[in-house]
Amino acid sequence: MTIFIIYKVFLCSVILILSLLVAMYSTLIERKVAAFLQDRIGPDRAGPFGLLQPLADGIKLFFKEEFMPNTADKFLYILGPSLTMLIALLTSAVIPWSIPVIIGGKIYPLQVADINIGILYIFAIVSMGVYGIMIGGWASNNKYALLGAVRASSQMISYELAMGLSIISLAMMTGSLSLKDIVEQQQGFHWNIFYQPLAFLIFLVCAFAETNRSPFDLPECETELVGGYHTEYSSMKLGFYLFAEYVNMFVSGAIMATLFFGGYHFPFVDKLGLSNNTLAVVGFFILFTKITFFGFLFMWIRWTLPRFRFDQLMRLGWKALIPLAILNILITGIVILVR
Amino acid sequence: MESLSNRSKVVSNRKMNLWEKIYLPAVIIGLSVTIKHLFKKKVTIRFPEETRKFSDIYRGKHVLKRDDEGRERCTACGLCAIACPAEAIIMVAAERKPGEENLYREEKYAAIYEIDMIRCIFCGLCEEACPKEAIFLTKELVPSEYERERFKYGKDILLEPVDPGKRIDISKRQTKEVLEFKKDKSKRHNK
Repeated sequence: MTIFIIYKVFLCSVILILSLLVAMYSTLIERKVAAFLQDRIGPDRAGPFGLLQPLADGIKLFFKEEFMPNTADKFLYILGPSLTMLIALLTSAVIPWSIPVIIGGKIYPLQVADINIGILYIFAIVSMGVYGIMIGGWASNNKYALLGAVRASSQMISYELAMGLSIISLAMMTGSLSLKDIVEQQQGFHWNIFYQPLAFLIFLVCAFAETNRSPFDLPECETELVGGYHTEYSSMKLGFYLFAEYVNMFVSGAIMATLFFGGYHFPFVDKLGLSNNTLAVVGFFILFTKITFFGFLFMWIRWTLPRFRFDQLMRLGWKALIPLAILNILITGIVILVR
Repeated sequence: MESLSNRSKVVSNRKMNLWEKIYLPAVIIGLSVTIKHLFKKKVTIRFPEETRKFSDIYRGKHVLKRDDEGRERCTACGLCAIACPAEAIIMVAAERKPGEENLYREEKYAAIYEIDMIRCIFCGLCEEACPKEAIFLTKELVPSEYERERFKYGKDILLEPVDPGKRIDISKRQTKEVLEFKKDKSKRHNK
């Protein structure tokens, strides 16, 4: 039992550090990708290729003046960014990172919690993400922040529906809500993307909206709302908000890779003849490659597409994605019945 | 009206068809445009380590040349001031006194010669107009100043040093064609 607890604590801290590290370097990669897409070279002053830039940014954010508007609600003002960060980090608990490692005859699963309602857990946590933004925007007592927060809440609630509906068809097909089971079913090259392309497309669009990434970055659009919900934030509280976005990106990339792209599985795995533990390491890197690709996709799209107008955003969510998701459920149901 | 450039497009308010309405084809086209830029040559110049190469005939700050014996070439004829489209050049002529033959090449010289560097557009027409090969544009830049008055460069700044080692090389701008043209006495302004 003690070993079990120690192992879980160890795994939790590793995943925590990993997601923070990835988020940290995502900020650099984002700037690099942006620069390269615009024929520039991006930050290259701090360390070789600018590798120490995230560190410098972090130090800068920590040493910035803590400013709090004196009309702000003190408790909620601090609660906002903390909640956003907490929720962003919580989601990674149910992601299976690789096949279980066997050390000394004991099986150590590389997943913090294999719960049978994995997908429901993710939705429960993600839908709480809106509270962090809403509370932060409200507590700032600033009209731009409030507008950003209102936009964020309406956008996230609208897109959560389509996201949930798109996953229902997947759950119908796999017959399980546990992420572990879903990944195991995709062994080899039976990735869900080939069976549920429409569900993936809807999920992808909704993931962009849920993480407040361009072209759905209306809650924080600099051009209209100064900074959106984090207008009044400074120092590391602002850092938390910005950081949470990258953690969310990482986690949603991981979820997409897990649900639709076979997680840690890759084709022709049985022909390599690797031992279990090597396979676990390789599988982890495979999953990581997939997540990196999604991270790149997030950035690639951000530096390509302009922002939606708010009515376009709502029309896309309610009039296009939700009917499409329902249609997808219908088709999936018919196919399952006929087979 | 007839199009002059053939690049104008007719704007219409027609409704988008289904293919356009699903956005995704357009999104993919957009993504393919940006991904091509990922592999393009970058235009950035890492400044302190690299500097942008100046053209050989860069037109920067002016210099008032001296001849081989160190005498001022300028005779204050005022052709440069007339040629100047920005009216940046002001000069006051003076007569050479006996005993100043080692300072000024001809009997007349510019007592005051000022170029307003804020007005100047660095077109090089003064250099083209000069019949005495006295004014040239160099590779040097005009530095920024805190006061407007200090941009009025007088002879103290513009004049080339007498010391042969410190002479300013303008051979890149004084091309053969220019020299040939200036020798041609049939042209009115070369007389």
